[in-house]
Amino acid sequence: MGAIRLEKVKKTFGTLDVIPGVDLDINDGEFVVFVGPSGCGKSTLLRLIAGLEDVTDGKILINGTDVANEAPAKRGLSMVFQSYALYPHMTVYNNIAFGLKMAGESKEVIEEKVQSAAKILNLTDYLERRPSALSGGQRQRVAIGRAIVRNPAAFLFDEPLSNLDAALRVNMRLEITGLHQELKTTMIYVTHDQVEAMTMADKIVVLQAGRVEQVGKPMDLYNSPANKFVAGFIGSPKMNFLGGELAQKHSCHEIGIRPEHVAVSTESGEIPATVKIAEHLGAETYLHVEADGYGPMTVRATGEVPLGEHDKIFLTPEQDRIHRFDAHGLALGNS
Amino acid sequence: MSTRASTLTGRIMSAPSIIVLFLWMAVPLGMTIYFSFLRYNLLSPGMEEWIGTLNYEFFLTDPAFFASLANTLLLVGSVLVITVVGGILLGLMLDQPIFGRGILRLLVIAPFFIMPTVNALVWKNLLMDPVSGMFAWIASLFGLPAIDWFTNAPLTSIIIMVSWQWLPFAVLILLTALQSLDRDQKEAAQMDGAGPISIFFYITLPHLSRAITVVVLIETIFLLTVFAEIFVTTGGGPGLATTNIAFLVYTQALLQFDVGGASAGGIVAVILANIVAIFLIRLIGKNLDN
Repeated sequence: MGAIRLEKVKKTFGTLDVIPGVDLDINDGEFVVFVGPSGCGKSTLLRLIAGLEDVTDGKILINGTDVANEAPAKRGLSMVFQSYALYPHMTVYNNIAFGLKMAGESKEVIEEKVQSAAKILNLTDYLERRPSALSGGQRQRVAIGRAIVRNPAAFLFDEPLSNLDAALRVNMRLEITGLHQELKTTMIYVTHDQVEAMTMADKIVVLQAGRVEQVGKPMDLYNSPANKFVAGFIGSPKMNFLGGELAQKHSCHEIGIRPEHVAVSTESGEIPATVKIAEHLGAETYLHVEADGYGPMTVRATGEVPLGEHDKIFLTPEQDRIHRFDAHGLALGNS
Repeated sequence: MSTRASTLTGRIMSAPSIIVLFLWMAVPLGMTIYFSFLRYNLLSPGMEEWIGTLNYEFFLTDPAFFASLANTLLLVGSVLVITVVGGILLGLMLDQPIFGRGILRLLVIAPFFIMPTVNALVWKNLLMDPVSGMFAWIASLFGLPAIDWFTNAPLTSIIIMVSWQWLPFAVLILLTALQSLDRDQKEAAQMDGAGPISIFFYITLPHLSRAITVVVLIETIFLLTVFAEIFVTTGGGPGLATTNIAFLVYTQALLQFDVGGASAGGIVAVILANIVAIFLIRLIGKNLDN
């Protein structure tokens, strides 16, 4: 059981308002991802939930009880750190057992729990090793093992994959998602990588400057972003924002169109453009173009497209995929 | 830079300094070994003769030797314990964001820059003097009799002085080690439910093991040869109460003018220092691996 509720949670460092006041509901068993650019307060928010930072004001309710003034260990949460924070002088076994030992569990219970965690995480052969003798992915798994054995109300992950190389990151992403399906425990996951957010989350919380910009399912954020910031942050490559004539035609300040929702033609279309750089990836092609009257745009075409530098093309946004924004960057709903 | 010619040039270029350093070390050692087998007293010049291991027999069977050996070990051991324990506690304090930390750090380091003779004089005349010393004054404030430190607790006094001198070194090394402790590790332990005391014993202390090893090894090298503090304050007395091996060798050579005996004592001291070094490396040297 791990339902977490934040009520007007506030954090100031000196005179600096890091988190001006956040309200958030996290349901039991949900995989929630906090995502945002660096310095947006997502890690601070996680540390507030963990109890590693004191809240300036507000309530943190775990299963209905306010824990805002409780010590970290009393909250029944486990955390996986970005640096893993393994204890370097202890074996993998002792690393995983440390929390149980501190809780005063008996030797037999510790043995049993550590072994079962090691089995889930494929660490059984490494239990007698020191962290320094492990690879990055194995260290990551030890850190997760340390979190699992305490049987927490919720797992907190602080950018756990950012120290791994790209291939391993994809693997660990799948492993963590698999773990969530197996354990069905609430997980809160902080990342700056919107791909991780999109692929792993049940619910994404987009943060900017300590404020929650939008909360929703990955596809809801993708299809109907609440504002320009979320629209630009979710999705890769970034959404194109166009003003001018086209925006006027849709009676708004600016329109947004994702690179994958623009049709490319060499004969005719709404916006004439010149190709600057073409990135051929085989399955798809990214065209970085200069659109006449609108400036640089990115377009994604499927498959191989025989286009290169200086080629003249025509772009046509898919009408029902156009996002409209007002002068404050708020979404106006599809036209 | 690893062709045969460049290697050869490098050897030729560095040869002079290596030769000088080698002679610098080997000649005095060789002469000391040679003298230690001679009857060689400055009071009877020109009477030198080969007497084999007699000097060693005299030195090693001298009751003063065992007394000074015990004093040496007691001095080294006590100062090590005091500086390591004190160093950890002071290091922990200076690692906290306390008021005036910069000044405090400077003050803690300061004793290390005071030369041993001055250190001994300050303690002897300003602090521990039974008539005009500060400790006597403090005792008088509470209506207590003054302690005559160098008469009643001579070795303890020396231990206090030497510890004061070496505490900054330990603090310096241990503080830097403390500062390199990953904050995440402490926080992870906190999440695991460890309190401040558990964090200290399970996280901080193991993290410090290498630094403690360095402190123990380096201090041992210097503490085996403590001399100035003893010379300035107690002169090895009362009796043999504060005579360590280094001071015993000094009394042999320059108070009894027995160069042969002093040389034998010097060689014994070198051998003892090596035994201690081997013992220490075996015992705690593994902390320096990896």
